[in-house]
Amino acid sequence: MTDLIRYTAAETATAIAQGDVSAVEVAQAHLDRIDAVDKRVNAFLHVDSEGALSAARAVDAKRAKGEELGPLAGVPLALKDVFTTKGVPTTAGSKILEGWVPPYDATLTGRLKDAGIVILGKTNMDEFAMGSSTENSAYGPTGNPWDLSRIPGGSGGGSAAALAAFEAPLAIGTDTGGSIRQPGAVTGTVGVKPTYGSVSRYGLIAFSSSLDQGGPCARTVLDTALLHEAIAGYDPLDSTSINAPVPAVVEAAKLRDVRGMRIGVVKEFAGEGYQAGVMQRFNESVELLRELGAEVVEVSCPSFTLAMPAYYLIAPSEASSNLARFDAMRYGLRVGDDGTRSAEDVTALTREAGFGPEVKRRIILGTYALSSGYYDAYYGSAQKVRTLISRDFDAAFAGVDVLVSPTTPTTAFPIGERADDPLAMYLADLCTIPSNLAGNAAMSLPCGLAPEDNLPVGLQIIAPAMADDRLYRVGGAVEAALNDKWGHTLLEEAPAL
Amino acid sequence: MPGITREEVAHLARLSRLELQAEELDHFAEQLDVIIGAVARVSEVAGQDVPPTSHPLPLTNVMRADEVRPSLTPDEALAGAPAAEEQRFRVPQILGED
Repeated sequence: MTDLIRYTAAETATAIAQGDVSAVEVAQAHLDRIDAVDKRVNAFLHVDSEGALSAARAVDAKRAKGEELGPLAGVPLALKDVFTTKGVPTTAGSKILEGWVPPYDATLTGRLKDAGIVILGKTNMDEFAMGSSTENSAYGPTGNPWDLSRIPGGSGGGSAAALAAFEAPLAIGTDTGGSIRQPGAVTGTVGVKPTYGSVSRYGLIAFSSSLDQGGPCARTVLDTALLHEAIAGYDPLDSTSINAPVPAVVEAAKLRDVRGMRIGVVKEFAGEGYQAGVMQRFNESVELLRELGAEVVEVSCPSFTLAMPAYYLIAPSEASSNLARFDAMRYGLRVGDDGTRSAEDVTALTREAGFGPEVKRRIILGTYALSSGYYDAYYGSAQKVRTLISRDFDAAFAGVDVLVSPTTPTTAFPIGERADDPLAMYLADLCTIPSNLAGNAAMSLPCGLAPEDNLPVGLQIIAPAMADDRLYRVGGAVEAALNDKWGHTLLEEAPAL
Repeated sequence: MPGITREEVAHLARLSRLELQAEELDHFAEQLDVIIGAVARVSEVAGQDVPPTSHPLPLTNVMRADEVRPSLTPDEALAGAPAAEEQRFRVPQILGED
């Protein structure tokens, strides 16, 4: 039953609930798919066959007893290897955590399990989520299922590739500067960065605490919404968790009606560096929204041009502090402890051996930005830019319900092309960073293939904080209209693996 | 704004507890100089009277009740330790001999 891997999460859950198929059959079909293609894709760092089958058996047993199943019970999921999983290795893509087995579950992991979602394994990522290509993983790059010689985006390239390669219908990512949305855009899948504080960070290995946000990824807008509802909500274990009801995202995803909505096109997200085919598909999407009955206006957010520089000061600054915990004393790698060296020397040797180049660059950059003499000019100014960006968003949202832009300036680039050119790599996140700095909500969904390279283009939708439902309302309508126009989903055009 | 020198990078690496190799220092110094050149644009706003934002949520002093709750056992907490002894993390010497 190879079709099982092509079902949406919603279809799979319904089939399981109706008894058309067992959760074990669904899990096995996906484990077989992983077995068949993942040597080439490298989306997974760890496949937990035993755990997945046992979780699936539990769902089947619950159904047999006539107990009520949740809306995603028995649906398989690929979990980014940055969330802790009790008893299952967690590396954050780093050598410094190779072989580490967490003694506890992240809140998000626990919620997935409580929902009866079947965790297939842990997915590849840029080390500590620092990157836009998954090439910074200590465990080798992941291929983009559309063209295995190209990057699947990053840092959550493994999760996005697992979806596009039909290895899982659901995945989890984290988005600090675009790490859910940019991989979604370049793999033709859907990804949402929820409002900052609405999905718990407890058990999420920290990169930049004021920006990091876990979120849902899937192949359809409705599946993404179902997963969003399963993972979002207040958590007392996360001191930055928002104690408010989760917006009705599933309802919004089913609405498929944007009539009367006001949509703003961000003027600053265009021009030099933007691929012609990306802009073409984006402009067509804007036209489509107009045809669907939305009112489209152009808005200007002048401070967004300073978002990238501000981000690459704030995120490394927080990272330099967060990653100080990797000191070789309590868990993870320890190098050079031969009985003669001091703890300080062992720490420095371990971090040298355990961290990759991008992580080291960012730790040094962050240490620099926070050092006396540079603090005001760099970190202090970046914090002011953050205020200006929030003000630009506030002004824009006073006149429109959502903002739209391309998710990324270009389609997937070849593996290796920007690997040792950090600044070129940073440009991949130009359009996604402002939402992290402001803490609002944003989605990327596929809006076609760029004519010049036949690779997926992402449409970004941005909504005010705690108005995540608007993303799904607009995204659901665009997705339905595009699928109607094409007569199929975009991923059906992806080459067979 | 001035760029960053190899000596500064070496100093920052020491502060960051990174025992960088010589060739890494050369490479990073060059790359960081370019990166800092690009991000220095934020100082355009340095003189502006704008309050800084450190965090998207206006939360302060989030407290929870001070109650005994289930937690990791010592064995669980030490399970990932590079070295452990008598229910403690065993670490290299912290103080010098004299």
